[in-house]
Amino acid sequence: MAHAYTPGLRVTDSAVIRKRRILPIQGTVLVKAGQKVTANDVVAKAEIPGKVHTVNIVNKLSIEAREVKRFMRKKEGEVVKKDEVIAENNPMIKWFKTTVQSPIDGTIESISEVTGQVLLREPPKPLNLLAYIDGTVAEVIEKEGAVVETPAAFCQGIFGIGGETSGVIEPVAKSPDQDLSPADITAAHAGRILIGGKHASMPVIRKAIEVKAAAIVIGGIHDKDLREILGKDLGVAITGTENIGLTLIITEGFGSIPMARKTFDLLVGKKGKKASCSGATQIRAGVIRPEIVIPADSKGGPGGPEGEKLGMKPGDPVRIIREPMFGRLGAVKSLPPDLTSIPTESHVRVLVVSFPDGSEATIPRANVETIES
Amino acid sequence: MADRPVNVVIATDCGSTTTKAILIEKVGDVYRQTFRGEAPTTVEAPFEDVTKGVLNSIQEVEELSGRKILDGEKIITPANGKVGVDIYVSTSSAGGGLQMMVAGAVLAMTGESAQRCALGGGAIVMDVLASNDGRAGHEKIERIRQLRPDMLLLSGGTDGGTVSHVVELAEYISAADPKPRLGIGYKLPIIFAGNKDAAPRVNEILGEKMALDVTDNIRPTLEKENLMPARHKIHDLFLHHVMQQAPGYKKLIAMCGAPIIPTPAAVGDIIERVAKKEQINVLGVDIGGATTDVFSVFQTVFNRTVSANLGMSYSISNVLAEAGLDNIMRWVPFDIDEQDLRNRIKNKMIRPTTIPFTVDELMIEQAIAREALRLALVQHKMLAVGLKGVQQERSISDAFAQTASGQSLINMMDLNLVIGSGGILSHAPRRVQSMVMMTDSYQLEGITRLAVDSIFMMPHLGVLATVNEKAAPDAFEHDCMVYLGTCIAPVGSGKDGDKCVDLKITGDGLSVNESVPVGELKLYKLDVGKTARLEATPAKGFDLGAGKGKPLSTTIHGGVGGILVDTRGRPLQLPTDKKQRVAVLTRWSKALDLYPELKK
Repeated sequence: MAHAYTPGLRVTDSAVIRKRRILPIQGTVLVKAGQKVTANDVVAKAEIPGKVHTVNIVNKLSIEAREVKRFMRKKEGEVVKKDEVIAENNPMIKWFKTTVQSPIDGTIESISEVTGQVLLREPPKPLNLLAYIDGTVAEVIEKEGAVVETPAAFCQGIFGIGGETSGVIEPVAKSPDQDLSPADITAAHAGRILIGGKHASMPVIRKAIEVKAAAIVIGGIHDKDLREILGKDLGVAITGTENIGLTLIITEGFGSIPMARKTFDLLVGKKGKKASCSGATQIRAGVIRPEIVIPADSKGGPGGPEGEKLGMKPGDPVRIIREPMFGRLGAVKSLPPDLTSIPTESHVRVLVVSFPDGSEATIPRANVETIES
Repeated sequence: MADRPVNVVIATDCGSTTTKAILIEKVGDVYRQTFRGEAPTTVEAPFEDVTKGVLNSIQEVEELSGRKILDGEKIITPANGKVGVDIYVSTSSAGGGLQMMVAGAVLAMTGESAQRCALGGGAIVMDVLASNDGRAGHEKIERIRQLRPDMLLLSGGTDGGTVSHVVELAEYISAADPKPRLGIGYKLPIIFAGNKDAAPRVNEILGEKMALDVTDNIRPTLEKENLMPARHKIHDLFLHHVMQQAPGYKKLIAMCGAPIIPTPAAVGDIIERVAKKEQINVLGVDIGGATTDVFSVFQTVFNRTVSANLGMSYSISNVLAEAGLDNIMRWVPFDIDEQDLRNRIKNKMIRPTTIPFTVDELMIEQAIAREALRLALVQHKMLAVGLKGVQQERSISDAFAQTASGQSLINMMDLNLVIGSGGILSHAPRRVQSMVMMTDSYQLEGITRLAVDSIFMMPHLGVLATVNEKAAPDAFEHDCMVYLGTCIAPVGSGKDGDKCVDLKITGDGLSVNESVPVGELKLYKLDVGKTARLEATPAKGFDLGAGKGKPLSTTIHGGVGGILVDTRGRPLQLPTDKKQRVAVLTRWSKALDLYPELKK
């Protein structure tokens, strides 16, 4: 049977989700294999070294670099308080005395007799790494973190902004092609993951931030609104660290595009369930897509772990991801093996898509994605 | 270099998304690229083993060629009839390529030399630190901490020059204690290639914390740049440190018959060889999805830059952000709603593998490509300069000319050959589209030959050149290069319709005797491999390379596009009025039969 490799977004009611939770630097792992955790439990912690400050003693005291240690009142490794004297000269006339004070609370890291620089370091900052999802610790990675696993419903978006969060699923759109209005968002949506339809405008997003919603999941937004939210034009899609007051996940793309029925139905069906989600997106090397994880109450169904993507084959549901039919959903009718000329005159591999209304179209295989389950 | 006797070669390039394999075989006395295969790169989860993609791509070559190359996961060597190959070689840019941070005492001197060194070694330079880079000490430290490079290059000071500035930079690096991008718990490699008098101090400061390697100063004197020892060191460390951390690379290194080199370094090598062999000035460009690499050899000096965020898919939105909407729209021969265009560009960014289906989408992508190419060349010109800080002897006339040190080496009038690479150029549906894209974005001047890399095989040939002197140039000439033709572009400006140039072109079936007015684009057919004699007399105020108004006589080369005459003037000015612009773009497009008719 003809098939083809094509990227796709995962939308499934039953999967086993494994999340690797790794510290940026080595630290201490606080959980054990087999332990139950909730999204906000700390699984590992580390101390991030404090910021370094530089003080050029040579310039301040008008001395030679090689003499610097003679004028220091504090040694390398010593703890200092802000405004404490760390170096001073000793003139014949007290009037000309000059002192150098510490700009921070911290420690003296180094004193250089070549450059005359003194480096001071702020105290380390603790970093707590959360479990992110409710589940069980499947594996502990010594000094680095843990893998948390849960049976769950799982849904990937195409693009998002904002980091990890959790909350209860709350549908606000009645259908996947509803355009949300600010009136749809109320104070009762605080801490909730809101499920919308085809489009959220800037006033809708603002209202969601205002009521302190945890996240919005929506078919599409306009690029101009993204620019307004971020205060700049996003050049490269590496996101997840934005601090805009909520997490925003778009499932279809930029513009006003109805959410795929399968995605919408899955999310709406989970109304009232606790979920975790992340807007983090990275489209280069090491693809990361935004996601919604809804842990199952019980062991869940027959879903498998995230694994090798299978090829596309006739009957598979697909989404067209490029103009002129961007956003339309259909099913693979056939996968002609030969290269076919398209209107640009390029010769490419194509597929024939059949739509629910009975019509058909020939589309480059590169311009569709499978809706995976 | 050991020139190994080889008859059959399998070469791969492990890119971020695709691993491409080519088979090169000796046919008679000539090496030819015979088959190719490709497969998705498998550095990322769920595979996390680059060799899987390599084996898949080689398997495709096996199926197409009928040659048995693999024995399970092993490459059969040497070749014996239709079984095995003599050598397997590879380049790699998977996982984001080689990412480096460089430092030098003075930004415009050792800082710039360090940058050129790292770029020539095939790296992406994440930042350049220097004593005078305008940042306070703590800001520099904070910046070093934020970045997670694969490697650092510390230079600074001429031999016998400043020690304190170099030591200061070493102190900052030590305080920041940067962590490598790949892998936790191994020492980050750092190369010291600065003032040799500072080396003991640098060793004291960094020797324990990092994997320090000391090599020759990249700027032993202000007048001399010595990049090769540090560049070799970059390749050594890339192979023995960085790649050891990437999934599957230990296995890949063991499979290869020659050291793996970063993809851009291999491309740079082959371009440098072409320029040297033909004794010409060459400009090469590889416009990818994420980055655009520019290579140049002018006056035998090689330079490479990489514009890390100018590309046609992952970085397409950044081209819009940097160029601005107006600059993109000036190349589009129709009007489009701004919001619609912006959404389309963002959708390409988030779904980078999609391709234009309609002619208007193709035109938009090619307009964006023009701007990415233009901006990448602007960045290249800024770094491809003579050494700064060099003492110059001046005569009276020099004093009047006020030439400074550090002038750009890129002089478009002296450029002989442009080689384009990357999907948008190599796979344009009509070859003339590639010709015009490069002519527009680079504003070619005088007489310039144009070519594209047929299937992006320059990386493979670059690494092959390190093991065999003949195989790489043979395949380059016969299978890699697709000559598009020659562009004739007088420099100057005038009113549309005024006289620009009188042309007489004769030879190989082409006979042109014509006066071409200002404001035209014309294309004359002259096939690949054919040459013609050009006698051109530019009008007063126009220059084709011999001087304003001075006649020029030379041999020109044909190609799959032909001879492109561009009398639109330099610098190229497009009408600012939307209607006029659309009219003039449509006229030029029709004159060259650039696109199929738009169906609206």
